[in-house]
Amino acid sequence: MTAILGRIGRMALGIVARAGDLLLLAMQSLALGLRPPWRLRPFMEQLYAVGVGSLVVIAVTGAFTGMVLALQGYYTLAKFGSESLLGAGVALSIIRELGPVLGAFMLIGRAGSAITAEIGVMRVTEQIDALAMMAVNPKARVVLPRLVATTLALPVLVAIFDAVGILAGYVVGVDLLGVNPGAFWAEIQAKTTGEDLNEGWIKALVFGFLIGAICTWMGWRAKPTTEGVAAATTHAVVLASLAVLIADYIMTSFFL
Amino acid sequence: MPRLCLRVMLRAENLSKRFGDLVAVRPMDLAIPAGGVTCIMGGSGSGKTTLLRMLAGLLAPTTGRIWFDGHEITALSERELFRLRRRMGMVFQYSALLNSLNVYENVAFPLKEHTDLPESVIAKVVAMKLEQVGLRGTEHLMPSELSGGMMKRVAFARALVTDPDVVFFDEPTSGLDPISAGVITTLIHEISEHTGMTAIVVTHDVHAGLAIADHVLIMWQGEVIARGTPDEIRASRDPRVRQFIEGRPDGPIPFSRSRTPYWEDLISRTGAPR
Ligand SMILES: Nc1ncnc2c1ncn2[C@@H]1O[C@H](COP(=O)(O)OP(=O)(O)O)[C@@H](O)[C@H]1O
Ligand SMILES: [Mg+2]
Repeated sequence: MTAILGRIGRMALGIVARAGDLLLLAMQSLALGLRPPWRLRPFMEQLYAVGVGSLVVIAVTGAFTGMVLALQGYYTLAKFGSESLLGAGVALSIIRELGPVLGAFMLIGRAGSAITAEIGVMRVTEQIDALAMMAVNPKARVVLPRLVATTLALPVLVAIFDAVGILAGYVVGVDLLGVNPGAFWAEIQAKTTGEDLNEGWIKALVFGFLIGAICTWMGWRAKPTTEGVAAATTHAVVLASLAVLIADYIMTSFFL
Repeated sequence: MPRLCLRVMLRAENLSKRFGDLVAVRPMDLAIPAGGVTCIMGGSGSGKTTLLRMLAGLLAPTTGRIWFDGHEITALSERELFRLRRRMGMVFQYSALLNSLNVYENVAFPLKEHTDLPESVIAKVVAMKLEQVGLRGTEHLMPSELSGGMMKRVAFARALVTDPDVVFFDEPTSGLDPISAGVITTLIHEISEHTGMTAIVVTHDVHAGLAIADHVLIMWQGEVIARGTPDEIRASRDPRVRQFIEGRPDGPIPFSRSRTPYWEDLISRTGAPR
């Protein structure tokens, strides 16, 4: 019994220590960003890679999400004769929940895994050490731009996800299923509040930061071998997805 | 006359490093004089790279303290260490070029980071350094388009581009053809002679090492077993040193790392090693 408790205790301590290490890396990198020298180029490059690189996959995911929501929503709402509420149903689900969460998942798969792999490879090939020997702090040059890029890019990507999703829901609901177009938009306007929008973008911001912090840390601490980087990359995807889901639950309960 | 150099550039006290149970560097004291070439030689696995990385502040020692020109690097804040690093350069064993940048950008990188020189001046300095390593005309190539030897020479140019006080070299000639290796060793020697740069060279190449060194340290199993001028090393009577510089397979340094006798291992072995 004490042995089991001991093991659980050690495991918990290990998790806390790692979470601390992760946050420390993110915070140290952010703190370095407050001090000169400032270099815009690495940030632009990362924003481009993360943001523009994920644009298509986010838009496509948004479209299919809106379409399937319209189908399922229509099926349910038709049972109560309230098909006119379809627009509001689609919009609220996407803005409050599915946009930020599915957008985050797509960002993890498209950009997060690449961040871990890149930093891991830079570690294996000693490029991180080479930067340090050239008196360039790799936390400022390698970690920080990626962390900032995921944090800033995700809210924008989620806004695009939401817009595409609602439009796709309109196409399916109105053009295919025959919902009244005026009712579709009117219900969205009537039922969507500023608080719903806030929930959406705040979630996106937090998820973006979590993804950046986890994926940079996994690469930073990857065992410096080929297998180590491969393992770190898959672990980063799993860990970041879990973190997003847990944070989503906590934030949703907070907003409701 | 290296013996007359009194200024110490790098000093270490009780320096050691363990990786788990493995002692990679046994507790040692070191003093590396300013100027000239100091060669750290020894077989592979003797702890040379580990020692070099600790001296450069890339690896935290298990015990001991290190001073770089009077600054205790083992006690510096990260920020102060990065400031001190502007006086250091390093050529890594596998070059460690930034793979998203081409040759020109790699060599220009330290200058662009730490100086306000106009691009036209940077271009001239880069051209000069690339000419020194025989690679002028490769400016536009990416690291993935270079051979191992060319990468090494680009790394060499990059480490020298800011004219640092101390340059660390990890196996600067391994993987190079004889001509490139000769060019690199001659360059290390000449640059240190003409500019007063302190070169710390880790190598298992005995001949190149003894040819260019002003001071030699010989390492064996994490320990410094001999130190002195190349002539003193050549005259050493320590059988381990003799075996190493003569490159003989038999002697006190076992070629195989296993502690069980070969025949015993063969007879007792019934399956795959666990
Ligand atoms: N990061 C590390 N983790 C564990 N063991 C290491 C590590 N780096 C080096 N070693 C071990 O330390 C010893 C010395 O290695 P190294 O300094 O690279 O030797 P050398 O450069 O002389 O060939 C070797 O036995 C090596 O396996
Ligand atoms: Mg080595």
